[in-house]
Amino acid sequence: MNTTETKSSFQDKLDQDLCIEPKDTMPDEYRKHLIRQISQHAHSEVIGMQPEGNWITRAPSLRAKQILLAKIQDEGGHGLYLYSTAETLGISREEMIEQLHTGKAKYSNIFNYPALTWADIGAIGWLVDGAAIVNQVSLQKTSYGPYARAMVRICKEESFHQRQGYEIMTNMMKGTKEQQEMAQDAMNRWWWPSLMMFGPHDSDSPHSGNAFVWKIKRKSNDELRQRFIDKTVQQAETIGLTIPDSDLKWNETKNCYDHGEINWEEFRRVVNGNGPCNKQRMTHHIKVHNEGAWVREAAAAYAKANAK
Amino acid sequence: MTTHNALYKYLLFLGDNGLIQGHRLSELCSNGPILEEDLAMTNLALDHIGRAQAFLKYAGEVEGKGRTEDDLAYKRGEREFYNNLIAELPNGDFACTMARMLIVSSFEYLLFTALCTSKNATIAAIAAKAVKEAKYHFMHSRDWCYRLGKGTEESHRRLQNGFNEFWMFTGELFEMDADFAALANDGIGADLTVLKPQWLTLVQPILADSNIAIPNVDYMQTGSRNGIHTEYLGHILSEMQYLQRAYPDAKW
Repeated sequence: MNTTETKSSFQDKLDQDLCIEPKDTMPDEYRKHLIRQISQHAHSEVIGMQPEGNWITRAPSLRAKQILLAKIQDEGGHGLYLYSTAETLGISREEMIEQLHTGKAKYSNIFNYPALTWADIGAIGWLVDGAAIVNQVSLQKTSYGPYARAMVRICKEESFHQRQGYEIMTNMMKGTKEQQEMAQDAMNRWWWPSLMMFGPHDSDSPHSGNAFVWKIKRKSNDELRQRFIDKTVQQAETIGLTIPDSDLKWNETKNCYDHGEINWEEFRRVVNGNGPCNKQRMTHHIKVHNEGAWVREAAAAYAKANAK
Repeated sequence: MTTHNALYKYLLFLGDNGLIQGHRLSELCSNGPILEEDLAMTNLALDHIGRAQAFLKYAGEVEGKGRTEDDLAYKRGEREFYNNLIAELPNGDFACTMARMLIVSSFEYLLFTALCTSKNATIAAIAAKAVKEAKYHFMHSRDWCYRLGKGTEESHRRLQNGFNEFWMFTGELFEMDADFAALANDGIGADLTVLKPQWLTLVQPILADSNIAIPNVDYMQTGSRNGIHTEYLGHILSEMQYLQRAYPDAKW
């Protein structure tokens, strides 16, 4: 099939709001864009297991420990779905992990911040997963079929994660003065990085142009960020937490909240590798991957011997 | 005849094995050699913690002092825990983890199979759920023993090392004291001496098929029935109990 035909059938499907499927013809740039985005999404799920895993052994009740374990297991499962989704585009998981280790592939910046207290587990569930849901709900309508379908299931689980995070914060705000201070401190540290999860302002977003044309991205960074702020402010107020933004106020005309300016210098610094945990997260992932090499070799050798 | 205290202690034994083994397994989160195995480890940890919660909740009811499962998990000291020593040993490498899992899950499979017919309805009900989990844990570790034992020279060496490390802790699994004997006699607890030959029958062919030699052990370690543990338990508890101890008035 020539390039014109490829473009034509691909564009027809997009125009009719039909999903692009793995065996469909698609422009190379579309494929590359998806591999970059989906692998980054998969890596984020997997790297995100580290800050939360940091608290499993110290979870303050058996119920909390089980919920956290189940949640992290879900995140790992999301990673698996998404690696498989990316594999339908012609890249192997091994290649994606290599790209992560060499720095060619990224993961969500948010996981370069540390989970310092138990309240951070609440804040990560409520704010970080809450922000992720807003983004992922819009991706349920993304144009690549396997990615859209993965998002449907992932959103259901993320919604549970968001509620468990909010429950942790609610319990702490009903608790002792020390617990309330711990919860507010976590709120103060996670609020702004959560807003940064939606990426740069629309005017500064380098990957958005084609993503809209190809219907990969359905809502802009600023639209999604606004949606997150509007739903979260009331949740914070309900349990007595203060949003750490003195410029935050309801705008009657726009029917949404105005907010203060995000520290984009911090955003760029962390994206460029100088966040509190960038080195720690990657060092850990590389170390575990390398230490597991002999296990993978043994499994492969055993499978090969038994296939004969 | 079974005393009230003997039943309470037996429930702590069952609960603590789940809690401490679950703690060790949970340490493996984000440390798996492949993502699938990372998920398996957290799943196994979850099964163990769930089982611990059920047994400790019942232990609190039997004790009758108003203590919850969390009070028992988070506010007892080192000498009040009754899990088998093997549960608290460090994970070691992936082969060690699988060697221990095979030893423990095969034992637990037989134990919970026996407890499914306990005359104590609560124990029987928890065992009915636990036996399904233990069977799955057993199959999972068995398959890894085959892969590692017959995979490469290195994986075989590591797996043999794992069994060498843990074998001296296998004798304790089957130890009976006077309370355990009374519970078994009354049809509430399991007779662990009967389980020992069954366990060997279950495990020996797997080791043989994995090219693993049964280690020669001069002495089997012991102590947990009397609350005497390895040095490792104190560190597990200081980590696990940190928040509850640091903020005794807090509810989470």
